[in-house]
Amino acid sequence: MSSIVSRGSSTTVQGRGEGPLRARCEVLAYRKLGGYHSLTFVAPEMAERAQPGQFVAVAVEAREATLRRPFSIYSVSQHGPWAGTVEIIFDVVGPGTRWLATRSKHHVVDLVGPLGKPFPLPAQPVSCLLVGGGYGAAPLLYLAQALAQQSLRVDMLLGAATQERIFNAIEAKRLSASAQFTTEDGSLGVEGVVTDVMPRMIEAAGTGVIYACGPMAMLAAVSAAAKELDVPCQVAVEEEMACGTGVCWTCVLPYRRKDGVVNLRACTDGPVFNGARVAWSAVGTSAMANAEDGRGRGRRGGRAEPAP
Amino acid sequence: MTDATRSDSRRGGGSEIDPADVDLRVALGDKLALRNPIVTGSGTFASGQEVDRFFDVRRLGAVVVKSVTVEPRRGLPTPRMAETAAGMLNAIGLQNPGIDAWLAHDLPWLNSHRVPTIVSIAGNTTAEYRHLAERLRDAPGVVAIEANISCPNVDDRDIVFACREEATHEAITQVARVSSVPVFAKLTPDVTDISLIAGAAHEAGATGVSVINTLLGMAIDTETRRPKLAAITGGLSGPAIKPIAVRAVHQIHEAHPQLPIIGMGGVRSVEDVVELVLAGASAVAVGTATFTNPLAALEILEGLPSWLAEHGYATLRQLRGAWRR
Repeated sequence: MSSIVSRGSSTTVQGRGEGPLRARCEVLAYRKLGGYHSLTFVAPEMAERAQPGQFVAVAVEAREATLRRPFSIYSVSQHGPWAGTVEIIFDVVGPGTRWLATRSKHHVVDLVGPLGKPFPLPAQPVSCLLVGGGYGAAPLLYLAQALAQQSLRVDMLLGAATQERIFNAIEAKRLSASAQFTTEDGSLGVEGVVTDVMPRMIEAAGTGVIYACGPMAMLAAVSAAAKELDVPCQVAVEEEMACGTGVCWTCVLPYRRKDGVVNLRACTDGPVFNGARVAWSAVGTSAMANAEDGRGRGRRGGRAEPAP
Repeated sequence: MTDATRSDSRRGGGSEIDPADVDLRVALGDKLALRNPIVTGSGTFASGQEVDRFFDVRRLGAVVVKSVTVEPRRGLPTPRMAETAAGMLNAIGLQNPGIDAWLAHDLPWLNSHRVPTIVSIAGNTTAEYRHLAERLRDAPGVVAIEANISCPNVDDRDIVFACREEATHEAITQVARVSSVPVFAKLTPDVTDISLIAGAAHEAGATGVSVINTLLGMAIDTETRRPKLAAITGGLSGPAIKPIAVRAVHQIHEAHPQLPIIGMGGVRSVEDVVELVLAGASAVAVGTATFTNPLAALEILEGLPSWLAEHGYATLRQLRGAWRR
């Protein structure tokens, strides 16, 4: 089996078999999406392989930042005038994302992906509740499209500190049978957090499975509530990563297996895990603290960036 | 190939060399020959399978696997990593499945892909090092043992064997006595005179040394006033440490010219490889660069023949220790 190496005018794609690829990808568009930033890359090979829940690791060429930054895939387009594209959403929280926010059309960026295990799609025709915190909503909107293609009912519940930190409420409404929002200051939807609203939504929609993405503390609370209501819950977690490819062992998450608690890699064993099995109380204390106090360490949803 | 600078006095020799004719083979002592000098830094390549999704890892001179211990280790809590200027700190705590599970699951994959394997072993006691070397006796596909006697992420700095000559001698003696393959001692530059430690390792039966391991470092978040690593301190790696690696290789090579050295520390280009070889390394490991680019080791390997040919060298080994005063 030989490596794929194809060269275009601005891209080199390297990889083998059906796995992740490394490619230099041209930026098709940069845009602001509410309080967040979006970059769309021309990446036909990655678009073809990507599934909801997977991420790309972006090389950053900022002097203060040498490691790749992982970002959930927000959307892919297989066709259209630009062949396949991959779009990511990010928040500026450190030198890496600050550099990324200066990219614009025709810049070339080095991507590795798609990485990680995707959300498992339901084997049965069940009603799905998607719970997102901050821009953790991004991969869920991608997932909602895949679930809709299977003609499954999708309900969306998005929470954030304020209205402007709710990611793409319009798209959430468009892709769901019902959508609800919670904000800590009450600027949009219900004043409070997602778990205040979740039980009512589950009851109303007859939810059979929950998919969640967002800060660790939110995922812990959602997983606990789901367990109480006996609804299976898949969570896409965030951990700081150095490599994204499974070799550095920095992004581990404590996970309960029958042989005890093991540290699994968020990048290759996840980022999607069974929320009921995550040993939330053993998750790195600073990860939980950062998620709770909102100090920007890139843990506000979507994928994390190493601390600036 | 008509570059006028080819006859420059910096260049190696007269006739034109085709990159395809460059001989990359290297010998590390009498019992270990690698098809090329590019290997992996332990703890940056797992046991090969993950990176094999990007390129055929058997193309490398050898894969040096993540350190294996006697018992399985869960490792340290997160955060385990902090980015720093031109580098990173890590404190993983030797997470690994233990030697039994590693032999049952990881080595068979390396064997089935015919990857020359150097097994990094780590212990708390000399007896553990001996036990690990015994378990690896006659293990298929294992071409050498790297005794990691310098992991910085341990509770007690006093048990970092490579910080003291006597402790280095004791641990390496135990490994070399039972090992059926050459033994390399992985050393830390966090010592007063690394050439003395290398000498102790050699005297105890090590075929050579692997230098350098990460340096012990620390970073504090000024907003929270908390350390950026859960373990408080961790190992510094990346381009920031390359000059220290060059210095350490140089000091060891000056003191022990015959001692094979696997050089490493911040390598991310062909020139970095050449620099470490000029300082005295025979082979070179690519480590943290793999985090940034999973294809880093392959790209460096592929760039070596052209660089050598363009500079008039038919081999890399002729550059070993060939720095000029």
